[in-house]
Amino acid sequence: MVVPRFWRERRYRYSLIGTRCPVCGTVYFPPRDVCPKCGRESVGKMEEVQLSGKGKVYSYTVVHQNVLGYKYQKPYVMAIIETPEGPKITGQIVDVDPEEVHIGMPVHAVFRRIGEDGKAGIIQYGYKFVPDEE
Amino acid sequence: MRDVAIIGAGETKYGEHWDKSLRNLAVEAGLKAIEDANIGAEDIQAIFGGNMSAGSFVGQDHVGALIADFAGLAEHNVPAIRIESACASGAAALHSGYMAVASGLYDIVLVGGVEKMTDLPGDMVTDILAGAADREWEVFFGATFPALGAMMARRYMHEYGLTREQMALLPVIAHKHGAMNPDAHFQREVTVEQVLNAPMVADPLTIMNCSPVSDGGAALVLASADIAKKYTDSPIKISASVAANDYISLHERESLTVSKSTVEAGKKAYKMAKKEPKDIDLAEIHDAFSIIALLGIEDLGFAKKGEGIKLAEEGQLYYDGDLPYNVSGGLKAKGHPVGATGVGQVVELVKQLRNEAGKRQVPDAKVGLAHNVGGTMTSSIVHIVEVM
Repeated sequence: MVVPRFWRERRYRYSLIGTRCPVCGTVYFPPRDVCPKCGRESVGKMEEVQLSGKGKVYSYTVVHQNVLGYKYQKPYVMAIIETPEGPKITGQIVDVDPEEVHIGMPVHAVFRRIGEDGKAGIIQYGYKFVPDEE
Repeated sequence: MRDVAIIGAGETKYGEHWDKSLRNLAVEAGLKAIEDANIGAEDIQAIFGGNMSAGSFVGQDHVGALIADFAGLAEHNVPAIRIESACASGAAALHSGYMAVASGLYDIVLVGGVEKMTDLPGDMVTDILAGAADREWEVFFGATFPALGAMMARRYMHEYGLTREQMALLPVIAHKHGAMNPDAHFQREVTVEQVLNAPMVADPLTIMNCSPVSDGGAALVLASADIAKKYTDSPIKISASVAANDYISLHERESLTVSKSTVEAGKKAYKMAKKEPKDIDLAEIHDAFSIIALLGIEDLGFAKKGEGIKLAEEGQLYYDGDLPYNVSGGLKAKGHPVGATGVGQVVELVKQLRNEAGKRQVPDAKVGLAHNVGGTMTSSIVHIVEVM
């Protein structure tokens, strides 16, 4: 893959920047150009918003058969995290015993290495989640 | 809109076809359907072919043209278009073929579906299938397709108290039926213990809660209902063909335990066919993962939310029960060549409604429903077919 594919998403993936529809107030992550609820009324008006990175586990799984590029990490915990701002986010939970993960567990986002494009390709970064004190 | 009937059906055996290529599989299925319809190549006015990802699986795009060519139709300049909607590509092709005949544009069309999946190693296949989800915001972060299915299952277990033991009943039933289908990828029965103790793919889904990687092709010949009887004594009417969509990523959805696209497609299909769930004699329900089948059973109106698994526990889903479910073996046992699956489901319904299904024949089958989904129930397509 060429660099721009990952470069163009860097702000959203590094800083958890989503969008808010100024018409209905709904927050979206990843960012959207159109609010699914407000349609054309929202076009050209969507505002960037930074998420707090806090959240709770909405659902999770321990992955034993990986996609390409993840073979050295397995088994790993994938989760959908519910954020207080509204959006749910898909990401890994790390620095945790997989047995400890449960629905409702508080987590927060951290900046981590996600993967790499072969030995010579660029290294990709983004967010993962780590447990918070309950 | 005019009525549309199926006048021919055919499919390859599903499985690992080391000796057959993409084009071999497609042509084999297509020729079987044409022979079954008792028509010639010159009768086919257009081809709609379902295929998810030949470009990635075997490096071949322009699949419609390739298949038409090797089916011997290049001489007739027959238009052939490939249709893609991930694992619902087959049903999407049927939906397209249905519209083409119903509209009056064509009188006879061939609808096909094909996938050649076993020419690549497993991790590459897993990666390609993950393309049915959001590549940049689900897969990039490590979500495999089974991982997404597993998160649906985990949430369902949390909300409704479903156990892994209960969920294992669905693959057990599928394999019971697959054992009676000579075209199925897996023709052997399995036990609940075998499902539970199989290697874990993404907790709580073992490999026995997941459909296999299969090669295969399936095809149907459609004709306007008024000419169908010229070709066959037992045409099957397409009473409903409905597609609906949801957010592509799981995390955008309000709920992981109801598929809004399946609810919507089901409701509209019943209305279009003037039927209710109780009128359905058998259903082919998309079981790429056991949890998807469970949501399908509930969201198509066969059971209340949270109670779908009771049908399995009561034995109602067997071929001689009240709601014969995946009598072909389903995606789990018959196999899941992704682009072929949606067409193959309807090939099974045609066999059943013609009383040609052998050992797994559902008694007095008159009305059948096929439910084919793409992604994590992102795209849902429902067909209802019945004896004319």
